[in-house]
This record gives sequence, C-alpha cells and structure tokens, in this order.
Amino acid sequence: MYLYDELDRTLVAERVAEFRDQVARRLSGELSEDEFKPLRLMNGVYLQLHAYMLRIAIPYGTLSSDQLRMLAHVARRYDRGYGHFTTRQNIQFHWIKLAELPEAMADLAGAGLHGMQTSGNNVRNITTDQWAGVAPDEIEDPRVWAELIRQHLTLHPEFSFMPRKFKIAVGASRHDRAALRIHDLALRLLRNGAGETGFEVMVGGGLGRTPFLAKTIKPFLHKRDVLSYVEAVLRTYNQFGRRDNIWKARIKILVHDLGAEAFAKEVEAEWRAIKDGPLALDPAVFAEIAGRFRYPAYERLDDNPPALGEARRADRRFDGWMGNAVANHRIPGYAIVTLSLKPQGGTPGDASAEQMEAIADLADRYSYGEIRVGHEQNLVLPHVAQRDLAALWRALDAIGVATPNVGLISDIISCPGLDYCSLANARSIPVAQEIAARFRNLDLARDLGRLHINISGCINACGHHHVGHIGILGVEKNGEEFYQITLGGKADEDAKLGALIGPAVPFAQVADVVEDIAAAYLELRARPDELFVDTVKRTGIEPFKERVYATR
Amino acid sequence: MPLVNAGHIVEDRYVRLADEAPLPDGVPVIITGQRLLADASELLRHAAPIGVVWPNDRRVAELEPWLDELSLITLIFPKFRDGRAYSQARLLREQYGFRGELRATGEVLRDQFLFLMRAGFDSLEVKKAADAAAFAEAVGRYSAFYQPSAGGNMPIARRRQLSAPKRDTFAAARAAFSAPPSAQGRLAAHSGAGEASGLSFSTT
Amino acid sequence: MTSPLDQKLKIAGPVVVTANRLTDGAVIYRRADGGWTTVLDAAAVTTSAAVAQEHLAAANIDRLRAVGAYVAPVKVATDGRLRPGNLREFIRSTGPTTIDPRDPL
Repeated sequence: MYLYDELDRTLVAERVAEFRDQVARRLSGELSEDEFKPLRLMNGVYLQLHAYMLRIAIPYGTLSSDQLRMLAHVARRYDRGYGHFTTRQNIQFHWIKLAELPEAMADLAGAGLHGMQTSGNNVRNITTDQWAGVAPDEIEDPRVWAELIRQHLTLHPEFSFMPRKFKIAVGASRHDRAALRIHDLALRLLRNGAGETGFEVMVGGGLGRTPFLAKTIKPFLHKRDVLSYVEAVLRTYNQFGRRDNIWKARIKILVHDLGAEAFAKEVEAEWRAIKDGPLALDPAVFAEIAGRFRYPAYERLDDNPPALGEARRADRRFDGWMGNAVANHRIPGYAIVTLSLKPQGGTPGDASAEQMEAIADLADRYSYGEIRVGHEQNLVLPHVAQRDLAALWRALDAIGVATPNVGLISDIISCPGLDYCSLANARSIPVAQEIAARFRNLDLARDLGRLHINISGCINACGHHHVGHIGILGVEKNGEEFYQITLGGKADEDAKLGALIGPAVPFAQVADVVEDIAAAYLELRARPDELFVDTVKRTGIEPFKERVYATR
Repeated sequence: MPLVNAGHIVEDRYVRLADEAPLPDGVPVIITGQRLLADASELLRHAAPIGVVWPNDRRVAELEPWLDELSLITLIFPKFRDGRAYSQARLLREQYGFRGELRATGEVLRDQFLFLMRAGFDSLEVKKAADAAAFAEAVGRYSAFYQPSAGGNMPIARRRQLSAPKRDTFAAARAAFSAPPSAQGRLAAHSGAGEASGLSFSTT
Repeated sequence: MTSPLDQKLKIAGPVVVTANRLTDGAVIYRRADGGWTTVLDAAAVTTSAAVAQEHLAAANIDRLRAVGAYVAPVKVATDGRLRPGNLREFIRSTGPTTIDPRDPL
C-alpha cells in the first residue's frame, strides 16, 4: 500500500484546483466545448448517453479501506449509489453532474484518489496483477515499479498530447495475470542467466479494430534503465505515431508498419542518447518510493489450521467457495480471497455504496486494510489469515460478494455497453445477465470449469472480447443488435486472439449460442479436466461452428 | 497574436520572412526550414539574429549543423492536441544542447502553458489575448512536479520543489524540468555541452 | 473538411434535435421555442431537413445549456405522441435496460 507524501498530495490538490477553474470557465461560456473537452478528458470526465461519467484511477488496482469508503461516499453523494469496476483496474461512476464534479474531485483528492490521465492521449492507469505482492510465484512486487513509472509519467509535459492513449502493464511472474500482451507497453520482471533481475520489454499490443499482441523488443532491460527506456519508447511513438486516422494512431500500428525490429532500433538509438542522463535510476530514488509501500506485519501462522478443515466439512457451501475463490498466498497461514462482483442478476463489476463500505470494514478486519481490483472486474482481499476464512466468508456471503463463480462461465467480463456508453453499438450487460442466468446452476458451472466470457458492446473492445475464451462483440445491423462470437482467445502468457466462428447472431439468440458451445465442449473434451480453451485449441473451432450454425 | 516571453507580453523583434524575400539588413528574421536547408551559408552571414520555423513532422536532427548559429527556433502545434513539438523541444534542449530561444506557435492555449514551459520553450505565440494576460496565473497553478530536476537527484529535488516559494513558480517550473545537456548526449562535443551548468535563458 | 454546421443533412422521417444538458449531462430535446426539455414528447419535431439543419445549428451555438447536439429519429404514434426512433434513443429517453438487483424480480 503506497503512502502519498506531501508532494503527491500537493500535485493532486493543484490538479483539482485547476479543474475547478476549467469547469467554471466552461459553465460561464469562456471555454467552448471543443476547448473544454480535452481538458475534462484529461481528468477522466466523459459525456455518455445519460450523464457525465467519471473514471477514477486506482493505481495498479490497489485501494486502502479509507479509499474504498471514499468511493462509496462519491457513489452515494454524487451518483446513484453504485460504481463500476473496469477491465483496467479503475472505477467508473455513470451519473455524475458536471457542476458537482469539482466538489467530488476535492473529496476524492482527500483520500488520494483522482481521475488524472484516465482519459486523453496520454499514459493511462498502469495496471498489474491483482495478486501483486502476495502471489507465491512472483519475483518481486511489480507495483513498486508501476508507481515509479506512474509518477514519472503523471502530467509529463512531453507525453500529454500523444497520437492516442497509451496503456502500460507491469508483471512479475511467468504466469501472466495482468494480460501483458494486450498492452501498448508491457514490462515483465524476470531474472537473467547471471541472476540479475530486470525487465522483458514488449510493445505494440492492443485490441480494438486492429488487434495485435505485443512483441518483445528488448529481452532484458536492467532496472537502472527502465525510465529512460520507457521515455525512449514514448518519444518514438509521440514523434512517429500516426495522427491522421484515429483508428491507426496506436503504437501497435507503428510497430506493425515499421516492423518490430526497425521499431526496436529506433527506440534503442533514442535510448542510448539518454540512458546515462538524469533518468538513470538512482537507487536512492527507488528506495524512497519502495519505502513508502507498506506491507502487513504478518503473523507467524501455520497453513491449514484444523478449524479451517472442520469448517469446510461442516458447511458444503463454505467448502465450495473455498475451492473456488481462495488462492495460495506466499506467506504461510495466509490466503488471497477473490470477491465475485458477478452475482446472479447483477451487472458485472458493479458494487453498491453499501457493499463498498462493508468490504472496507472487512478489509480492515481481515486484510490489513487493503483491497485490490482485478481486470476481470472482481475485487480481492489480499492478506487474509486462513484461520479467518470461515468468518470472512459468512460476512461476504451476507453482502452478496461470495458467489463461487470466480473464473467460471458466469464470471463474465463485460463493458457497460449501449445501456450507458455513447460509443456502443449494442448492449452488453443484458447479454451477460441472460448468459449468467442460463448457467446459474453451480454444479454445471463447476463442471464446465475455467471459462472466460468477454463481452464488448463495440469494436473499441473495452470488454477485451478478442482474448476471451468465448468472445462476444456487439454490432449493429439495420438498427438491430447482433453479436459476433469468437472462440479460443487467451489473455495470459500464452496470449491468443480468438477466432470468429461465423455470422453474427441476433440479441435473442446469444445465450442459446453459448449454451450450444458449452454443450459441444462437454461432448468434445478429452477428459473432465481438459479446460474449455484447451479443447478448442485441440479440436479447432470447426466442431463448435457446426454445432452453433446447424440450425441458424 | 500576442507573444509571451519569460512571463510577459512582449513585442516580437523578429520578422517572418517569405522564402523569396531578400534579407533586410540588421533585422532579426525568422525563415522557413526549407530556406535554411537550401541556403544556409548565405543566411548565416547575416549580421542580425536568424531564427527558423521548423515543421513538426521533420526530425530536429536536421538542424544540428546550425544550432550554434541559430538564435531562435520556432516549433509548431498545428492543433494543441498534436504534441510532436514537445518532443522536438526536449530533443533540442537536452540532446542537442540548443541554447537559443525556443518559441511555440500554432494553437497555443492557456492550458498548455505549463507543459510548454517545462518542455523547454521560452516564448509562446499565444492564440488568445486573454490567455496571454493570464499566463502567470496559468503557470503558477502547480508547484509540485514529479519529473527530475536539473540536478537529477529526485529526493533532493522534491524537497527543493516543496520549499520553493509559490510566487516564484515560473522560475521553478523552468528549472524543475529542463535538464542541462547530457555529457553523453548525441551532440556532446558539438554544442560545447561538456559543462554541467544549467541552461542560460535566451537574450532578446 | 466541411463543418458539421454546413453539412447537408439527410433525414428519412420525423426527427428531433437532442443533446445533453451541460450542467448534469441529462438527455434533453429541443423545443419549438428554442428551449430544452427532458420530455421527448415536448420536443419540436420536423420532417424537413432544412428545418432540422436550422434547429441543429441553433443548438450548436447554445453552448451554455447543451452539449453534443445532433438530429435523432423519432416515431410519431397514432395519438400524435413522440416515441424514440431507435434503440439508442430509447435507452437515452428511458434509461438503462439492465435488471437492477435492487428491484424485486
């Protein structure tokens, strides 16, 4: 948990004051909408279908309990009592009034929260793995690096008006839980042959109209060079990225057009000129930032306390939840708990103000005051003692965030879609709700196993449908909502883009199609434990395609 | 279009010269990049200061041979959202060691002033008169900056920034960002950038 | 590039001019008297592209009240009342179609 110091707080406060002035100048007419729009976007303020939407950054998905309480306060005071967690570890409020925004932002600033660079052609929220700092398989905590880079790129004068947005992710384990390869720039901590820790640098990933997976342009970058190398990448992009066509403006197009090798050469030349200058990482600078990360004073505890086993035997529902939502922790006696924000009938990724407050209290009680936001739109309590799991589960169950569907077919990742978003062509949330309803039976969901469904309401792909095991993309045909279905996408270290299985199907048939796909999987799988995505890889999409389109 | 330099609205002493026009004696002029490339030696014999306006879609490396002789380089923001000139400015200042006046022109609006100053610009051709008048206020908005200072040592720099008086934010803003030419910069020898001294502000 | 104000509008049926209210982003429709209403039925409707163009131009300079004005299709019911002309306008006029878990099923 990073603690803001006076410098961080000053910057956010000054940003709030500046935005307050900009809003006033817009409301008085001194600024036209054309002039105001990029300014409000730089603070994460969008105009959507029904109202303004405010996107708040949750740096590398880490929240303190006080911050979560502040989000609850904003939801209640300025919105309609709920918030939506996004696929980039941010939160969105969908019913904000422009005139109240300066107040809302001042309140948020008091808790160290802001919307800086959650929109606009700048560097967006730097994301990591929601298990960062506690996963058993990571090399070191990637969040410290994310914070170092975040600071360097906040209100950076050179990189605030780039050709397009720029998304960075940092990972620290071989198993990629941060979807590194769909980012414009990804850094993965690793050890080289000499035992040194550094970064694999990947660039040019991105979804949308022309999806690409990122390519490795530097297999090993020393820690000392991370800021200068990142600047070299951004400077190359800022100068040579296309600005003539919004659909061709991301760095993925530049990398593709130049070729990864030529792009890497350009970056390398720029980097060599600056690597030994002020951006060479001073260990004292790094130590200062690392020092402001607080870690729990874990107790010395044993794994599998007897009471835990007893509780599992005594309560089948608790046992089922344990098997689904609880993961191993790097510290003995502790566990990582995932809170499902995909309850039956709910909107994927939404939490009410009441839920947020209850979760904040539970975090104080059971997780050293810390909560994480995952790109799958679920929350995580990262520091739970195993002996507390039974009590925690009862409390989570009471507030509706203990559905044991984490990673299962009803744990759907969905953008807000046409119900909220002015960019959308089709609705996504009702599709998600209908699919989840068809698979409400937990025994069926468990039998189907790990199965990621991703739904996007338009080609901007905020639902990451390209990398869903089942991907669903809403399109509009003659005023009606239709949906393209892809299979076999993956967002992890084995990243893949899904393959289209056939013509788009109408809104009313999407859930039927998913049922057909699930039925086909059950018949085709080689063993009960062959994962859906592995079956698709083995058989190809043909058998699924046949099944789906036999009667359509 | 008012010209703001070092925080004040000033008269522009430079005259923009059309490509075919002869050089007027003793008058500071700004010529196009095209003209400079075609005609450099003749132009550089001109006794008065020479400036060049350089397009934002050409590498500033092309200006390298003349950086010591140019008094001014004007960089362009065709739309304020087109931020290529920020990179050009930083390259000129930090890698090529350009010490003359860096001017911004085009769609230069109040809400970009601070970015422009911190990227190394000295003077701004401001689109709106009202914005020009509000320069000090716009630049004075922020006292806290994350990016490294001339000294390069972030912790010390941060403390220095925090204790800098708010009134002096213009100087703080300039000092806080523009780093001296790196000894290992591309053109270390060319622009005499071996010294570690800070940038000198342009003389008008 | 032609300014949106100069582009020739083509319309295929009855339309209204709609926008979002500057202060709170609420969906609004332009009335015949040049003011704005949140009630679709109170909007000025036209089948003339020229009239629609005029209304749109007026809306675009009304920057203290409205943002992002455009021309939206409507359906005119047999009783003369206005209905949204497509799904997007339906959602704008009535709100999200999603099930609210706080509502009883």
